[in-house]
Order: sequence, then structure tokens, then C-alpha cells
Amino acid sequence: MERLNGPDGATLLNIYGKVSLIKQCDERLIRLIRSGRLAAPYYSPRGQEVIPAAISVLLNDDDYVVTIYRGLHDHLAKGVPLKGLLAEYFGRAAGHCKGKGGPMHITHPASGVVMTTGIVGSGIPIANGLGWASQLRGDGRIAVTNFGDGASNIGAFHEGLNLAAVWKLPVIFVCQNNQWAEHTSLAGGTSVTDIANRGAAYDMPSILVDGNDARAMWGAAREAVERARNGGGPTLIEAKTFRFNGHNLGDPAHYIPEEELAAWQLRDPHPALRALLIAEGHATEAEIAAIEESIAAEIEDAVAYAMEQPYPDESEGRLDIYDEEIAI
Amino acid sequence: MTTGTENRADERTVTCADAVQEALAEAMERDDSVIVLGEDVADLQGGGIRGCTQGLSTRFGDGRVRSTPISEQAIIGAAVGAAIAGMRPVAEIMLMNFITVAMDQIVNHAAKTRYMSGGQASVPLTIRTMTGAGAGTGGQHSDMLEAWLAHVPGLKIAVPSTAADYKALLTACIFDDNPCIFIENTLQLKSKGSLIANEKPLPLGKARIVRSGSDVTLISYGRPMIDAEKVAASLGDQGLSVELIDLRTIVPFDEETILNSVAKTGRAVVLHEAVKRFGVGAEIASRIHEELFADLKKPVLRLGMPYTPVPFSSALEKPILWNADKIEAAIRSLM
Repeated sequence: MERLNGPDGATLLNIYGKVSLIKQCDERLIRLIRSGRLAAPYYSPRGQEVIPAAISVLLNDDDYVVTIYRGLHDHLAKGVPLKGLLAEYFGRAAGHCKGKGGPMHITHPASGVVMTTGIVGSGIPIANGLGWASQLRGDGRIAVTNFGDGASNIGAFHEGLNLAAVWKLPVIFVCQNNQWAEHTSLAGGTSVTDIANRGAAYDMPSILVDGNDARAMWGAAREAVERARNGGGPTLIEAKTFRFNGHNLGDPAHYIPEEELAAWQLRDPHPALRALLIAEGHATEAEIAAIEESIAAEIEDAVAYAMEQPYPDESEGRLDIYDEEIAI
Repeated sequence: MTTGTENRADERTVTCADAVQEALAEAMERDDSVIVLGEDVADLQGGGIRGCTQGLSTRFGDGRVRSTPISEQAIIGAAVGAAIAGMRPVAEIMLMNFITVAMDQIVNHAAKTRYMSGGQASVPLTIRTMTGAGAGTGGQHSDMLEAWLAHVPGLKIAVPSTAADYKALLTACIFDDNPCIFIENTLQLKSKGSLIANEKPLPLGKARIVRSGSDVTLISYGRPMIDAEKVAASLGDQGLSVELIDLRTIVPFDEETILNSVAKTGRAVVLHEAVKRFGVGAEIASRIHEELFADLKKPVLRLGMPYTPVPFSSALEKPILWNADKIEAAIRSLM
């Protein structure tokens, strides 16, 4: 029945839990940075949280996720443990990357998050290699690589999609089209209105979906996941969404027209999903509030943990350059 | 290279391209995670433009040996991803100048993933690439760019000079757990040398003392080693004792062997094909000066290409390359 009707109530509630975690974590990080307690580059994913939340409920723990510097939502949705994630934001020894990666390079292979890149588009070819390894081993693992609309203009996107199509790789290319590439609008830098149309250039099945609609997003993801899992090759998903904040924290985003922002705020995915859960009777207001409170407590706990952790010893900076330590 | 002496019973004469092919075949046989990708590497496309991958796709299947589109970013990106997933990809970038198109993947991803992930992920890939001046291939098919890559912590770089080292160093790169760049020489791939059966594995980072000497140390790597060896032999006949060191690995380079040698001779010349300014020779000379200043009889001398792109015309190309006379003159100037 689920196949015909889309995600069931439990799945939608699962998606909401991830959405709420992302939204609350984003708000908490912004407060920490604005109050001067956290010094880190931060690229808010606020507004885009439904996309990875809906995809990740269809993924296995060992499926791969590759993402970019605007990646908090992708990390949390895939299950990167919060304490180590925040400790990494704070540059502490207990961070997942021992303080050597930071927010832009979160890695947690146990959750499948094997690469977070600070370079636009570069995760696309890397996902192909992950997919190739799965294809050779026949282990059924698939790779999801996330990027923005701006990345669809860089060479790596085109080289990567072409190779994935030629090799029929189990890779899902998720373009989170948030309408703005840094400070440039979609129309200002991209020749197409719908990036999904670019899939046709590589004869790749492509899906255009409302990334703010959890049910639609889940349906698109399911089609792509099934295709990848069953040897049908790659899919390009363009999820239309909006970046509610500036490119990075500190960017007031004056370039975004007020009416455009206002129109998208009416389509904010978080309250929409919350209202849907109640309207359809999947959860009561009280049940949802309890979930949200429990997430808030988890975040406070993780923030406190992260801030208590020691910084890495200076000697840590000389490790992990090579497999073996090389004295130079 | 070939010495002209008779082969031992367990010795065979092969081209450097054959040595590469043998290293790849043996590695693939030994370990299923070794996979090969690059432009035209499968047998249907000729098994590599120098035949270095000939027979591999037929023997190991076109899953593990894949010809790619002309897409260097996609090639190195796929190798990075596969390596993170636990494979040992050997990616061919046909010519070294083409790595410029894939530098983001090499510098930002292959080299730094282990570090930025705090050691959670590693990238055990090898990039084979071919280059070298002297064949009239001009400015975009000839450059030795090892100094660029040597400046990026996280990469290892090997440059073989003999057929035996083409095989041994490539094998060492493939089974090394770090991203390695293996630089082949376009002209040398066709030349022959001897391979000894069941030669023991060669570690990266160990130089070879080709010839012991006491008056001056000559350090080089790659194709200039051929002339360096001739000069060292000829000067030896004239009573000037040259200790000749083949660096083999640029990163990490064998400081111990170099410093021990120069501590003994008090004089050193560093010779390479690449542009001299800001080159590998500058780093080596600097290390010698830092460690052995008081022992040096003369400042360390560098020989390399002048600060120019590689020209096409042989009338222009030949004068900017090293040759035996230049090497000899450099050595004599230190005596």
C-alpha cells in the first residue's frame, strides 16, 4: 500500500524528527555564533531540511552520503552523532575529525558520510567512485551526492553525470536548488530554469520535485533509490527549495528580493510538515511538542558536551597527514 | 638501464612500459581491490597509448579495468571515491599536463581527506601519468610538474629511472595507503632494462646509491639519470670520484642517504629535468645547506630547465635540457 500511497504516518513522523533536529540545531548554532561562543564558518541549510530528511529514511546506514559545506542538514539526516558533530564545530579533540576538518569537512564513515567538501561540485565525481566500488562488490550500497544549483554550472557536474550514466552507477545526484548560488540568482547564472532538464543531456532519468514537500520528496527519493539499488543506474533529482538565510552567516542577503523571500517563507517546509502530521492524525500537537522538546534537550546536552571538551593537543596537527607519521 | 652485460638466469629484458604492465597485472592478481581506470586503458581501446595496461581488461574483466571518457576530474574523482570505499584504484592521467584539469581532486580531496577526516578515511589511490621533454611535444605535453605536487602535504611522488624501478616503485605506490603520483617518462617507456624475478619489494622513500664515490655527490631522478650515470662513469675513469644517487621518491625524499653522502663528499649537484626555479632541487639544496653548511666545500649547485615553457622546435628545446657536458661542467666547477 505504501508503494501506491506514499510514506505512511510513521515514516512522515520519522522525517519530521529529522527536520526538527536540523531546524533546532541550525537555530542553536546561529545563536552560539552570534553570541560569540562559537567561532566557525557557517552555511545555514534552513529551508532545505526536508530534502535529506525524506531521502535518508530510505537509505541504509552503510549507504554513502557526500555533501558540501552547507551540509548540516545532510549530516544530521543521515545520522551523524550530534555530540561529535558539535565538538567538531567547536574544534575540539572529541570532534569526529579531531578538530582537523571543521564544519565544512564533516566526515563520519560509520553513518555513511564519507565526504563533505568545501569545493562546489567536487563531491559529484567522488560519488561515482563510491558507486563503482559498490558495483564491483555487488554489496548493494548506493551513494547520494548533494549539491546546490550553482554546482550544476561547474565542469565536475557535467563530467560526473556523464560518467555515471555511461557506467550505470548506483548514484543519486541531488541538486538542492535553493535559487541562489552564493549571491547570484538562478536566472543570473544558469541557462536553464529547471536543472532537472540537464539530466537529458546525459540520458539520465531526472526528477523535478518540490523539495519542501515531504511526501513528494519521499516519492522522488524512493524512485531513485529503487533504481540505484536494482542496477538501473543513476538519477538526477532536482529538489526546488529556498535558502532562508544568506550564503554564510554574516551575509545579510540584501540581494534577495523581499517579495521572493516572503513568498518562499509561506512555503516553509517545517511548519508545513508539522501541520500535515496533525491534520492527517499521524500525531497530536502534544506528541509533536514532546518530540521537539526531547530534541531540544538532546541539542543542549550536545552543546554542553562539545564546549566542555578539550582542544586537541598541538601534536595532533602533525598526525593523519600520511598513513604513517613522517617527520618533516 | 641496460648495461650491455649478459643477463642472469632469473633476469629478463623488458621495456619500461612492460614493467608497468607487469606491476599492474601482478597487483591485480594479488588483490581484488586493485582497479584501473583512465582514457583508453581497456583492450578495446588499445590497452593504453603506450600499452602499459595491455591485456588487463581481458584478463581481469572490464569491471575492474575501465576506459573512461576524456574527463580528468571525473577520473580522479572516481578514483578518490573508490579509494575511500576501500579499493586501490590506479588512475591513468595520460599526460602530466592534463592533471592540471584534475588538480582540485588531487589537491583538495585525494591529498587532504585523511587529514581533514581526522584519519577516519584514507585514499589509497595511485595516479600514473606520463610526461617529459625532448620529443618535440611542446608546451602542453612535456612538463615535469612534480614540484607542484610535492608542495601539497598528503601526496607521495615517485619517479622511476630504470625498468626495474618502474615495476618496483609502481607496486609500492599501489600498495601504499596514501595517494601516490607515479611519473612515467614518455621517451623512456619504450626503452629497455632488466627485471629480476621475485625481486624483493621496494619501499617508497629510499634512494639508490647507483655508484659510490668520495669527491662529489650527484643527485638526480627520472630520465636525466641516464646521462648522470654516463658522466659519473667517465669522470671516475679520469680520477674524479662521483657518488651518484637516484632519488626514486620525491616525497618523501631520502634525506638520510643524501646527507650521509654529502657529509662525506662535501660537494653536491642536484640535477632534474623540471624548471630549476622553485624546484625539487631547491628543496634538496636547502636541506643540505641547513644540515651540512659547515661541512660543505662549495655551495650546492642546481641543474634544471631555465624558467621557460618547453618550446617545440628542437633548435630551441635541446639547448634548455640537461646533457652530459652540462653535468660534467657543473661537477668540475665545484672541484
